[in-house]
Amino acid sequence: MNEKYNVSSSPHIRDRIKSSNIMLTVVIALLPATIFGIWNFRREDAWILVVVTTAAAVLAEFIWEKLMHKPVTVNDFSAVVTGLLLALNLPPTLPWWMGAVGSVFAIIVVKQLFGGLGQNFMNPALAARCFLLICFTGRMTYFVYDGVTGPTPLANLKAGEAVNTMDMLFGFTRGTIGETSVIAIMIGAMFLILMGVIDLRIPGSYIVSFVVFIVLFGGHGLDAQYITAHLCGGGLMLGAWFMATDYVTSPITSSGKIIYGICMGLLTGLFRLFGGSAEGVSYAIIISNLLVPLIEKVTLPKPFGKGGEK
Amino acid sequence: MNKCTERIFNGLVKENPTFVLMLGMCPTLAVTTSAINGIGMGLSTTAVLVMSNMLIAMLRKIIPDSVRMPAFIVVVASFVTIVDFLLEGFVPSLYASLGLYIPLIVVNCIILGRAESYASKNPVLPSIFDGIGMGLGFTVGLTCIGIVRELIGAGSVFGHQIMPDSYEPFTIFILAPGAFFVLACLVALQGKIRRSLEKKGKKVAKPAGCGEGCAACASRGVCGGHLIEPDKVSVDKTEAAEDQADKNNQEKEES
Repeated sequence: MNEKYNVSSSPHIRDRIKSSNIMLTVVIALLPATIFGIWNFRREDAWILVVVTTAAAVLAEFIWEKLMHKPVTVNDFSAVVTGLLLALNLPPTLPWWMGAVGSVFAIIVVKQLFGGLGQNFMNPALAARCFLLICFTGRMTYFVYDGVTGPTPLANLKAGEAVNTMDMLFGFTRGTIGETSVIAIMIGAMFLILMGVIDLRIPGSYIVSFVVFIVLFGGHGLDAQYITAHLCGGGLMLGAWFMATDYVTSPITSSGKIIYGICMGLLTGLFRLFGGSAEGVSYAIIISNLLVPLIEKVTLPKPFGKGGEK
Repeated sequence: MNKCTERIFNGLVKENPTFVLMLGMCPTLAVTTSAINGIGMGLSTTAVLVMSNMLIAMLRKIIPDSVRMPAFIVVVASFVTIVDFLLEGFVPSLYASLGLYIPLIVVNCIILGRAESYASKNPVLPSIFDGIGMGLGFTVGLTCIGIVRELIGAGSVFGHQIMPDSYEPFTIFILAPGAFFVLACLVALQGKIRRSLEKKGKKVAKPAGCGEGCAACASRGVCGGHLIEPDKVSVDKTEAAEDQADKNNQEKEES
């Protein structure tokens, strides 16, 4: 009995991983989608929008924290992740200053006003995307590929027209900068899973519940092509792997993560099939973000006070 | 007349219904899509508030305590109906844009709040001025929010194009979420100014009056449940008013 009994408050187990490592891993994982997006939309000069949006997010965080006399947390890369995610969620033709406005909104209104990293109640990048979508509806739904304007594959799908699922898989189609190529996104997602940064439960339950919803209510039954088109179209993959899994705005309990995923799957299906617009991933995720505190309360594990003897 | 000017100052600044008491949030958020809507709504409410305060102050000894709420509602509703018909008859465009919110002035908590906490306990003249002060405070609040929302959300103020043609309006600001953003920013700004004034030693923030208990008090959100004895209040009030008047004079002299 020579062991030292240290009495201290939690956390008792510490790891060498810091937020900055995790955020840096996410940035690296986003690189395939980013590089592909910039190359894919080279005629629209998408790189300017990506650079400006990311830089504006970092700058907004830096200036706000300086002004408010708070410790500057630009080094933890979270602002880079927010800015980059927002840029990947914008159509390539958007004027660069609108991207900057979105970044400032994401960082200052959604993140810093609520207390900075770890305190935001919804995903800042998605909240900013929805803000821009309501502000500049025309610009945010104006999609160009190779100089040709037209609807996104999802809109085609909704209108009952045929879509090329191979192009959607590789990303040679219209859409936002980062969402088009499922393969590039999956390369990044694999990296995140191998690094142990994200948990399969959230994207897994999200995608499975979405597919179930599409099969039940899509009107095409088990048509593989229809389901693949829905999976590859729009922001589903980007949202499921990179934005739904945000640590701050997803539940911490294992069963909570599955409930959260199902929530997003059902909402996305609902918005896509019965909503006014073809896409619904961003709204589905931020609405589920709002439900997270409730989900965590319901799925509170026993050691933290649920169940047990009365 | 000192008391009357004090009431106006009280309504405009010290207990501004929009920015300090946070009363009447429903019309504040709903109708301020443009500056003209804000000013129209504010002035309609002011008219109703002044008239109802006057009538309720006149009737304050006749209305039995147990049925005072229904009595107030009837008084307020009659004036709202008059204003409703007047607006429909003479400013149909404003009437069309305010729509349902005109009849809803009946249940505006500023009006019932002032009737309950001021007009039913005070003589007619101060009550009228209390109504004017509170109404103008409300009007200023709504107009400020309306100007900001219209400027950002549509690029114009009072219908006149201000921003250059290349400006792309942030449509969200004339939709519901914009009302919350603008209100929050203006309240924060006002709190900041208030605090910097307090630092310089000026009495601004102290809400002067506690009637009977916190439950019926309109300003309980501000004072944090701190009950001041009714006897002291009147003294405090006049003192505060005099202080304020002195400070005002000083400010004027300084500037």
